[in-house]
Amino acid sequence: MRSEKTSGRLVVVGNGMVGQRFVEALRSRDTAGRWQVTVLGEEARPAYDRVRLSAFFDGVSAEELNLHRPDDGVDLRLGEPALAIDRDRRVVRTGAGEYRYDALVLATGSYPFVPPIDGVYVDAGPDAPGPTPRLRPGVFVYRTLDDLAAIRDFAKGRRTGVVIGGGLLGLEAANALRLLGLGTHVVEFAPRLMPMQVDEAGGAMLRRYVEELGVTPHLGVATTAVRSRPDGGLAGLTLSDGGWLPADLVVVAAGIRPRDELARAAGLELGERGGVRVDTTCRSTTDERIWAVGECAAVEGVCYGLVAPGYAMAEVVADRLVGGTARFPGADTSTKLKLLGVDVASFGDAHGRSPGSLDVTFVDPATRVYAKLVLSDDAKTLLGGVLVGDVTAYPTLRASVGGPLPGPPLALLAPSGDGTGTGAGIAALPGSAQVCSCNAVTKDQLVGAIAEGCRDVPALKECTRAGTSCGSCVPMLKQLLADSGVPLSKALCEHFDHSRQELFDIIRVRGITSFSRLVAEHGRGRGCDICKPVVASILASLGNGYVLDGEQASLQDTNDHFLANIQRDGTYSVVPRIPGGEITPEKLIVIGEVARDFNLYTKITGGQRIDLFGARVEQLPKIWKRLVDAGFESGHAYGKALRTVKSCVGSTWCRYGVQDSVGLAIALELRYRGLRAPHKIKAAVSGCARECAEARSKDFGIIATERGWNLYVGGNGGFRPRHAELFAADLSTEELVRYVDRFLMFYIRTADRLQRTAAWIEALDGGLDHLRSVIVDDALGLCAELDAAMARHVESYTDEWRETLADPDRLRRFTSFVNAPDVPDPSITFEVERGQPVPARPDRRPVALGLPTRMGVTN
Amino acid sequence: MTLDATITDGLRWTVVCPYPRLEPERGVAALVDGEQVALFRTYDGALYAIGQRDPIAGAYVMARGIVGTRGDIPTVASPLHKQVYDLRTGECLDVPGVAVPTYRVRCRAGLVEVATPAVSRPMADVGGAR
Ligand SMILES: Cc1cc2nc3c(=O)[nH]c(=O)nc-3n(C[C@H](O)[C@H](O)[C@H](O)COP(=O)(O)OP(=O)(O)OC[C@H]3O[C@@H](n4cnc5c(N)ncnc54)[C@H](O)[C@@H]3O)c2cc1C
Ligand code: SF4
Repeated sequence: MRSEKTSGRLVVVGNGMVGQRFVEALRSRDTAGRWQVTVLGEEARPAYDRVRLSAFFDGVSAEELNLHRPDDGVDLRLGEPALAIDRDRRVVRTGAGEYRYDALVLATGSYPFVPPIDGVYVDAGPDAPGPTPRLRPGVFVYRTLDDLAAIRDFAKGRRTGVVIGGGLLGLEAANALRLLGLGTHVVEFAPRLMPMQVDEAGGAMLRRYVEELGVTPHLGVATTAVRSRPDGGLAGLTLSDGGWLPADLVVVAAGIRPRDELARAAGLELGERGGVRVDTTCRSTTDERIWAVGECAAVEGVCYGLVAPGYAMAEVVADRLVGGTARFPGADTSTKLKLLGVDVASFGDAHGRSPGSLDVTFVDPATRVYAKLVLSDDAKTLLGGVLVGDVTAYPTLRASVGGPLPGPPLALLAPSGDGTGTGAGIAALPGSAQVCSCNAVTKDQLVGAIAEGCRDVPALKECTRAGTSCGSCVPMLKQLLADSGVPLSKALCEHFDHSRQELFDIIRVRGITSFSRLVAEHGRGRGCDICKPVVASILASLGNGYVLDGEQASLQDTNDHFLANIQRDGTYSVVPRIPGGEITPEKLIVIGEVARDFNLYTKITGGQRIDLFGARVEQLPKIWKRLVDAGFESGHAYGKALRTVKSCVGSTWCRYGVQDSVGLAIALELRYRGLRAPHKIKAAVSGCARECAEARSKDFGIIATERGWNLYVGGNGGFRPRHAELFAADLSTEELVRYVDRFLMFYIRTADRLQRTAAWIEALDGGLDHLRSVIVDDALGLCAELDAAMARHVESYTDEWRETLADPDRLRRFTSFVNAPDVPDPSITFEVERGQPVPARPDRRPVALGLPTRMGVTN
Repeated sequence: MTLDATITDGLRWTVVCPYPRLEPERGVAALVDGEQVALFRTYDGALYAIGQRDPIAGAYVMARGIVGTRGDIPTVASPLHKQVYDLRTGECLDVPGVAVPTYRVRCRAGLVEVATPAVSRPMADVGGAR
């Protein structure tokens, strides 16, 4: 027996997904800080989510992919690769110096394998000088954020891209090229796509999907040479069947190889196919002070190219370093992914290699679903399977591998229709079944966490880590919560047991037009500041007329009640609509005059309009009158409603613009003005990809392309900023408006109270893809209804300010005191700051930057 | 409108407005003896009067809050930060120790009357603008 070392200097080489997980796992166990940790990272940025790398092309930023959590107890040295290991002196050498270690963990991952194709390298080949051959310009690999950024930059203005390799990675790369607007080809040596994951029939289904998306597969052929043009640019590829494929850009995705060069040079034993050879404790078979985790490790000779086994190794080594006895349990190599919009999953013995195994297949050409289950010879035990097209059954099936079937095979495979796809499945799973395979969380652990008080999916994620990587098990988490009898309270407040969506349906279907009837028939008490505005908003969305009539008035929040925004001193601010941010000089002058005459503070807002602050209730109608007479209307800045559609100046003036962004923004703002929603809605239109209008930070954002418009949905600024994701590309204006109509109406109908579009999409089962199927393919058969609802909105829009002004009864509400309407509220007083009125407050201090604020004034 | 006042039981009752001027579940502000009062008529027709000043935010806005119930208690929520107050006692149901003053209010001959001085609660408000 070796005596384990449990303290000293620890050096970790590699800050990728697994290296990072290892450091976190160790630090959470080593609470006394016995290990002094140094991490050497070759990449300039800290660990990021490589699994979601391709999301970069959907506009997910590098920051959003970040996995690194700052830890003061770790010395993280980025951009400082380890160059050599001196095992005798126990030091790791970098360009900057040497690091002593008592334990060394290698987490160096893999490098992309580039087959020796004639012409892929700049230099002639192995004889050429220099340590590593350089890829020819225009030839890329697909492994790091830098690789992807380089591909994106190079793709600008080019037309055709070829991916060498039709496996998982190759298809991801192909999708990326497609999103970059390139005509895309895939060259695969095997006779089918994803040969490692799917069988022939699955491959055929996949091929059909891929072709339909405009990607051309070339199967059963190898690339023999990469050829350049005389000017140095790429010309194309020659194929083994003698064919010629023109290409401006090539991505090589032909597999990965473990990065074992440090270990090799240090004389450590390697696996037969490379990788640092380790035992099931992940310790090097040559040197007991050295460990390896992740893709660079060959556990008993086997390397794993997935993150879940790497995470398991990280936990093993962390445990060992604090004196534990964990062993690598073997790995689940199941995969589920979304390729080119097609869901593909494979798990267990997908190819039916176990002796005597039986296949059950299900092929539905209409819905284009392919599914195969591999069963034991007695058809009782599930061994594995492949799903293409519909993978809702994946979480349950994967967790059932090795155990009894959770239901009759066909019932398991046929699309469930209810969207959950997990059905009774999870209840049938044994407690030891892994529900989250990425993080190795079992059903027992989840049930335990629920018993200890986790009440919802976020709490489960936080406490068990289940569902935090690929997310495919989230429906099962929901199901477990529901099954465990945790009351998943959707109740809006003490007055209603319903969620906002349920109330919406009740009101719509039963034609309810008053709060009193709703609360009498479906609730209790007399409501509160939570349910009343919700019901007011639903009634308004369903087109129940002027928001301040009759009982509806008493439901409104003060902002909606006074059609203005309350401020801290009880005054209001007034925001006239300036559609698209375009305004004539005459109107600008009117705003200035109104502000001056009513002594209002003015500020330009982020939504390209002007906010006038400091109006008393009794002044509001007078201010509106002046504005309405000059052609303004309410900007709905006070409502949970569409705020603005911001725009850049677009093709009218801008030399880069490709479409009229201002024109579209104005049309959209006028279309959706006054539309009441669960939360405020913001939008923007940019005239080209330079994105000056910041459309991707909006609930819906539109970016002009040469061919039309790209629509992005689900962005927001605020407390938790989010980038909008690409919903559809190159739309005509007509298509665009149709999709936005449906998007908004579907959101209004189904979102929770105060749930912005980003959170709403996240909470939808199936997320953005589900949304697309509802809006584009009419999967729920709702589109006609949504379209009609929007048509009603557009038709029935009226300006709330103008309506209020026209009605003396309504105007009566705008008084300071019911018994002294001529006395202004004496508590409201102003002082002057930078030439404008601001609320007088004894404790208010102007911001001082330590600079002279004005000539001649000393502070 | 007449600003009329009578003295009964040592209280000074000020006529504020005709009863129908109050909309159900919506407040109005009134100026009574120099004090700002928020008046409410609840769904069942009952009348309540509390101080107009939001003791937490320090602004005079209570009449503009949303009226409702919590259990059986008639309530109003501050329009600024949504703390809920008991209309009967003035007590804040969300922040212990905070209250608004309450006033006696009645309807006589179709007119709403408010009595001063306010009924003080033994609790302090959190005092002043923050
Ligand atoms: C596009 C793409 C999609 C993928 N999709 C999936 C998926 O759906 N599911 C799945 O399970 N897996 C997927 N993977 C694989 C997954 O990303 C890897 O399994 C995982 O990242 C392995 O983690 P690692 O830490 O071992 O290696 P890495 O994340 O590659 O980290 C290794 C790090 O070590 C650094 N390094 C190397 N040598 C040195 C040195 N000498 N000194 C210092 N630093 C060094 C490297 O620069 C790198 O940053 C995908 C990979 C890619 C590229
Ligand atoms: S987004 Fe494009 S069109 Fe609009 S202002 Fe910027 S560069 Fe010009």
